[in-house]
Amino acid sequence: MRYFLAGFALLVVLVVSVAGFRGGLSRKPPIEIFPDMDRQAKVRPQTADGFFANGLGSRLPVAGTVARGAPFADTPLNTGREPGTTNYVAAMPVAVSAEMLARGQERYTIHCSPCHGGQGDAKGITTKFGMAVIGNLHDARIVQLADGELFNTITNGKNLMQGYGPNIDIADRWAIIAYVRALQLSRLATLDEVPAELRASLTK
Amino acid sequence: MSDIFPKWTNRLPALVLTGAALVGTAAVAGAWYYFTPKYSRVGYQPIQPVAFSHNIHVDQLGLDCRYCHNGVEKAWYSNVPSSTLCMNCHNQVLKEDARLALVRESAASGTPIPWVQVHKVPDFVYFNHSVHVNRGISCVHCHGQVNQMDEVRHAQPLSMSFCLECHRHPELKIRPVDKVYDLNWQAESETQQIAEGKRLMQEWNVQSLDNCSACHR
Repeated sequence: MRYFLAGFALLVVLVVSVAGFRGGLSRKPPIEIFPDMDRQAKVRPQTADGFFANGLGSRLPVAGTVARGAPFADTPLNTGREPGTTNYVAAMPVAVSAEMLARGQERYTIHCSPCHGGQGDAKGITTKFGMAVIGNLHDARIVQLADGELFNTITNGKNLMQGYGPNIDIADRWAIIAYVRALQLSRLATLDEVPAELRASLTK
Repeated sequence: MSDIFPKWTNRLPALVLTGAALVGTAAVAGAWYYFTPKYSRVGYQPIQPVAFSHNIHVDQLGLDCRYCHNGVEKAWYSNVPSSTLCMNCHNQVLKEDARLALVRESAASGTPIPWVQVHKVPDFVYFNHSVHVNRGISCVHCHGQVNQMDEVRHAQPLSMSFCLECHRHPELKIRPVDKVYDLNWQAESETQQIAEGKRLMQEWNVQSLDNCSACHR
């Protein structure tokens, strides 16, 4: 019995010392005993796949094709330009509403504020880490840009700013532009433009 | 008879029973403790090809999850960003840094960085990210406090019972949509969480789904 107990204790210590405790750090992937159901022969997004020569599971669209539902038409909404020309549209081709501005504020905060700052004055967090040239959205030059040109800049980038076309939906890009216009107005508007009943709250 | 069976054999049944009980308990306890995703998955922390720190980017710089994982509200999966997105900042920040060599190379050549996937539910589980984040389930509920992790580690078991716990009592987790990406947010108290959770469930018509086909197809 003594030997049995000693052997038993040794076994328990051995198992615990090899297997460790729950939540312990492991660099190796979790063990799956019967992986044939868990891991099926199907391509999941953004995974490698040996079937194709370059090893990518996801295929790029063939040149010149348009995915279903993808924007392709030469309209101001999709390009920010007058159809058939390279001229930027002066005013955004979508109606502005309070919900759209709120959406624009949310998207601006996610995608733009890291560099352009919460107020659009180019004082985002990245300036502390070596981001040198950031456009101040309150510059007269930028205030005077056509809405279509802002759309083009968001979509394709400008100078050191890279394009955000792949990351921000078209409707959201216009919402951001609407919000940027509101930000600009917040510094350019005169007291006379404020509704009479709200003026007192600004001057006290 | 006493010549055939020595006296100690009288204790044999008791000894065998004690031994069997010990071994049985140990086997059950071991299986209960180890044969579960709480052991097999939690703590998985693979070495990534680039030492990207969520802690620096989220907690120190204040980036929103959706700056990089920009498809999470629209798609069933939460996308890993392309390396060109990293270059939005890193074309200027840490421009020459050796740690980012692979990112620059990947962005220039178009060959993806071979990130190692940490959270992997079985292929017969159809978890939809967009429907969860748009209805007040935060990243933190399944992924843990990624905002504090230098290296991402598997924080929750993501087992079926883990999913069902929440599916049976969504009011314990559901939060306002604008707090979904704030991983540090917590309701002021548990009673408030439950009251607010119940209100949001009613407002969004959230059902407590625990049938098989809710997740398995």
